[in-house]
Amino acid sequence: MKEIYMDNNATSRVADEVVEAMLPFFGEKYGNASSMHEFGGQVQRHINKARESVAQLLGAADPGEIIFTSCGTESDNTALFSALRSYPERRHIVTTRVEHPAVLNTTRYLQSQGYQATYLAVDGEGMIDLEELRSAVTENTAVVSIMHANNETGVIFPVEKAAEIAAARGAVFHTDAVQSAGKLPLDLKRSNIDMLSLSGHKLHAPKGIGALYVRKGTRFVPFMMGGHQEHGRRAGTENAPYIVGLGKACELARKNVETENTAVKALRDRLEKELLSRISNAKVNGGKSPRLPNTANISFEFVEGEAILLMLSDLGIAASSGSACTSGSLEPSHVLRAMGVPFTFAHGSIRFSLSVYNTAAEADFVLGKIPAIIERLRRISPFGKNGKRPQEAGVCREN
Amino acid sequence: MWDYTKKVQDHFRHPRNVGNIPDANAVGEVGNMVCGDALKLYLKVDEKTRKILDAKFETFGCASAIASSSALTEVVKGMTLEEAAKVTNQQIADYLGGLPEEKMHCSVMGMEALEAAIKSYGAGGKPVTHEEPEGKVICKCFGVTEEKIRKTVAENRLRTVADVTNFTKAGGGCGKCRGEIQRILDDMLGNKPSAAPPKAFSQLTMVRKIHAVEEALAREIAPNLLADGGSIELVDIQGSVIKVRLAGMCRSCPSSGVTLKSFVEKKLRELLDPAITVEQAE
Repeated sequence: MKEIYMDNNATSRVADEVVEAMLPFFGEKYGNASSMHEFGGQVQRHINKARESVAQLLGAADPGEIIFTSCGTESDNTALFSALRSYPERRHIVTTRVEHPAVLNTTRYLQSQGYQATYLAVDGEGMIDLEELRSAVTENTAVVSIMHANNETGVIFPVEKAAEIAAARGAVFHTDAVQSAGKLPLDLKRSNIDMLSLSGHKLHAPKGIGALYVRKGTRFVPFMMGGHQEHGRRAGTENAPYIVGLGKACELARKNVETENTAVKALRDRLEKELLSRISNAKVNGGKSPRLPNTANISFEFVEGEAILLMLSDLGIAASSGSACTSGSLEPSHVLRAMGVPFTFAHGSIRFSLSVYNTAAEADFVLGKIPAIIERLRRISPFGKNGKRPQEAGVCREN
Repeated sequence: MWDYTKKVQDHFRHPRNVGNIPDANAVGEVGNMVCGDALKLYLKVDEKTRKILDAKFETFGCASAIASSSALTEVVKGMTLEEAAKVTNQQIADYLGGLPEEKMHCSVMGMEALEAAIKSYGAGGKPVTHEEPEGKVICKCFGVTEEKIRKTVAENRLRTVADVTNFTKAGGGCGKCRGEIQRILDDMLGNKPSAAPPKAFSQLTMVRKIHAVEEALAREIAPNLLADGGSIELVDIQGSVIKVRLAGMCRSCPSSGVTLKSFVEKKLRELLDPAITVEQAE
């Protein structure tokens, strides 16, 4: 059975070119980049090259602004803790209700440690309100952390404008760009963004490598303590093979940004349009907001997401869902709930996230299969007979 | 991905007895679309023998909810209503070769639909919606009452809060009720609340509170801090909020906030009262 992978916001296939670039660093080039001999020195030069490649993708002014980390989550943690430790007199964090858990749960933890936090709301289309941000940021705010694009809906936040608002109050601005890096053009040197997190495995590098951009002049306190690696900003022996892999992936991503916004976007748009025309009681979550070109989050009413995913999986199709049964908790996705998506739609939400590796034939195959799956599950479901919607009564409610 | 048995997968992919029975004389409903799963069970019962001649279902929910519903209909077909009344959620799970722990609530849903359907037969076949046992609502997110928790704990011999969440969903939302669920478990299992003194801390007089805290600090907490060059002093007590000041090395230690919560507070809760909160004095 052919695998059709449409879950690229979860993780992505490692590009062949990336694997190839990494291999020598598992073999003959195993030197420690920090060593004084040429055996290590050559590794250091490859790391520097990778740093330049990441800086170029982000439009950073200087490769020295890039710190390699182990993953997006480490980058997010580093950014938040650094800002708070750099400005100990400021005790307030501003973020959004729809952040990735790497920021959301870290902020909740910091609240338990005595920091204050404001979580910006989103509207029905998943968008934040910059006026709400403006009134939330005060002289007490140490850091504003707003994701560039949401992992579930793909909704893009106006981070450049948000960064200006933070800068006006002297707060550090961090953005989690794990989903957007490589999909949206970035030009950090022309923005007020102080820190930016990215993750390798979302842009065709392997899992276990990430980067944090820290704008020159931004106060910084390391998260990992120890050796002097990364100019004393991130201790731990440089993970040379993975750093080289990330560098290669960023190089490819820079070439592919346009394809993402043309071919991949066209595929996504067709998928959405056709599914909505072929299936009743379906809607695109966040569809009216600016969105990542690869992400489609579609709710099918009266059916439950996990059941859909398993039937898709039987056909070799990989996607994901914001339903309670797949979220790891018993409640549906925090993002869809924050948007006020009715529970009846939230439980039946499916996310397709495409990549440059997806083809029109794959989209056709998926389009050919989904209507029957939804129909089959709706036949089993007690709801939606004659298109009728049950009352949203009942005890389950949001807190 | 869930580790579903072959039987669960089979009943999900090829559910038995899907649909409704137009002349059903017993119809039970449970759950709703808001909660994420719902089941409507239709039975055709022979009025003379009280045997279940046919059973069908409609289910909104995940794979295990569909499989549990399918299994339920297979289990009860041919039973008398009296026999069906004795069917437990464990029987449904066993029929499927087991369910993942986190999915046990699907089998509970099946049992509840069956109970409602049996009531419906007694009410002349009018559909009956399962109602939570009366009582205090413990889990506000999923509307689970203390009675339901007690019943499920007893029937399935549950031992932990996580068990209760897996079987009833209680505690699976915001999680604020987990302490209360623990208290219900403690009560049922005869656990003593962990080493709490006979009289609740909050009911002690101020002098006794100070004594108790000072003693706990001196005996259990200060020696540990001293090992790292730190010390601690009691500043104030307001109700169950204990204000302390960390001194010595602790003062400049970046992890003193963590020490306060994860060590000092945890220890005082253990020794004196789970309701205690420890704060750094200004």
